[in-house]
Amino acid sequence: MTVPPPIAMLAELTHRCPLACPYCSNPQDLLGREAEMTTGEWADAFRQAAELGVLQLHLSGGEPAARPDLAELTAAAQGCGLYTNLITSGIGLTPRRLDALEAAGLDHIQLSLQGTSAGLADWIGGYKGGFDRKVKIAAEIKARGIPLTLNAVMHRHNLDDLECTIEMAVEMGARRLEVACVQFHGWASRNRAQLLPTHAQTEAAKRIVAEAEQRLRGVLAFDFVPPDYYADYPKACMGGWGTAGLNIAPDGTVLPCHAAQTIPHLDFDNVRSKPLATIWYEGAAFNAYRGTGWLPQPCRSCDRKESDFGGCRCQALALAGDASAADPVCRKSPRHQAVLDLLEAGSTGDSGGFVYRRAAG
Amino acid sequence: MKLALAPSDRPFLPRGVRLAADKVRGGTVLLCPEKAIALDAIGEAILSRVDGSTSFKEIVAGLAAAYDAPAEQIAGDVQRFLAGLRARMYLAVRP
Repeated sequence: MTVPPPIAMLAELTHRCPLACPYCSNPQDLLGREAEMTTGEWADAFRQAAELGVLQLHLSGGEPAARPDLAELTAAAQGCGLYTNLITSGIGLTPRRLDALEAAGLDHIQLSLQGTSAGLADWIGGYKGGFDRKVKIAAEIKARGIPLTLNAVMHRHNLDDLECTIEMAVEMGARRLEVACVQFHGWASRNRAQLLPTHAQTEAAKRIVAEAEQRLRGVLAFDFVPPDYYADYPKACMGGWGTAGLNIAPDGTVLPCHAAQTIPHLDFDNVRSKPLATIWYEGAAFNAYRGTGWLPQPCRSCDRKESDFGGCRCQALALAGDASAADPVCRKSPRHQAVLDLLEAGSTGDSGGFVYRRAAG
Repeated sequence: MKLALAPSDRPFLPRGVRLAADKVRGGTVLLCPEKAIALDAIGEAILSRVDGSTSFKEIVAGLAAAYDAPAEQIAGDVQRFLAGLRARMYLAVRP
C-alpha cells in the first residue's frame, strides 16, 4: 500500500495530572516529570510533524497545563502552521494563562467533563474541588470566545445525566459536544465492572443524542462514540493503524495509538533518536498492522475490511489474547463470546470502589 | 433552527475555522476544531467568497458568472455545501 502522510498528532506533553480518572487513557506505567521532553525537543517534534504533513496538533497529557511552558509550546506549534488544540481538564489553567495561550495563537480547547455536579465529577475524577474550578475556567473560555468542545466521558455512573450534560455544553457556549463512552483499555479495563453501561443506558443515550442533534441544529454539533461492546461491528480504530494519526508520549516514544504500548511485542521508536518521517514510514510498530494485507479471517474476506480494518488491535489483544485477531467486538469474530461474557458479568455492576489512576509507589 | 441560508444571509468562518494551503499534499484545506477538510476546486471557489459581507445571493451570482453556469443550479450546490458546514458549526451567518 502507499502510506499516506499523517493528518493529526496527539502530543502527550506529560503524564502528570491532578485528576485520577479511573478510565484514564494514559498507560498504567506512568512517566514522571524527569522523563518528559524539553520545550526545545517538543518544538522540534512539531516542526517535523508539520513537514511530514500533520495539520492538526492536539496538546494533551496527562494535564497539559501541568507544563509551565504550555504557551511557549503553543507558539512553537503555531509557528509551524499547525492547527493547535488543547485537550484539558481545565485544572491548572488561569485567566492569565488563557491570555498567554490566546496570544500564542491557540485555535481551540477541548474541555473534559467528568460529571454534571461537583459530587459526581469530583468522585469520578478523584479530585475535590475540580468541578468548581472547571466551571470557572469554562466561563473564562466562553468570555474570550475561544472555540470550545466539551468532551463528556460517559459510563454507567453518568450516562443517566446525559440530558443535563447537553444543557451544560450549551450553557458553556461549546460548539460541539463529544459524548464519548469509555473505551476499555488500560485503567478503564481495571474498572470495567464499575464503568460498563447497561444496555438500557446505551439505548437511551442513542435516543437522547439523536433527539438533541435535531433540536440543537446550528447551536451544538455532536460526536457520539457509543459503547462498542454493544455494537455489531468494531470501530475503525485511529481511522486505520498508521494511516491518519500518531501519538508522541511524554518521553518522545512515537506510538500508532495511545494504547499501543499494551501490545508487548511491538518495538517503538523515539523521536529523540530518529526522524519522525522515518518512524512514520519505516517504523516496525507503524507497519505492523498497516493496511489490510495482515488481516486475519474473517476480516480478510469481509466487505467491511476497508472501513474498519479489523477494528482495534489493543482490544483484540486484551479480549482475544491476540493483537492480530479480529476485534472481538465484531459479531463475526470467533471470540465474540468474550464480549458477551463481559457484558453478562458487568450487568449487575460492581459496588466496589474505583481503582484510580495514580503513579505507582 | 434551519440550516439553509437565506438569500440575504452573509456567511463567515467563525473563529477557529480557517483556510490553509496543504504544503505536503497540495491544495487547500479547511482547518476546523479537530478536523481538516480537503477542499475540491468547487469548495475552494465557494469558500474564497465567504467573507462575512458577501451575501449568499451574491456568492451564487459571482460563481454563476465565473463558471458560466445557471444560478439556480449553482445555488443548490452552494446551499448543500454551506448548510453541511453550518451543521458542524464550521460556518456562521450574519443576517
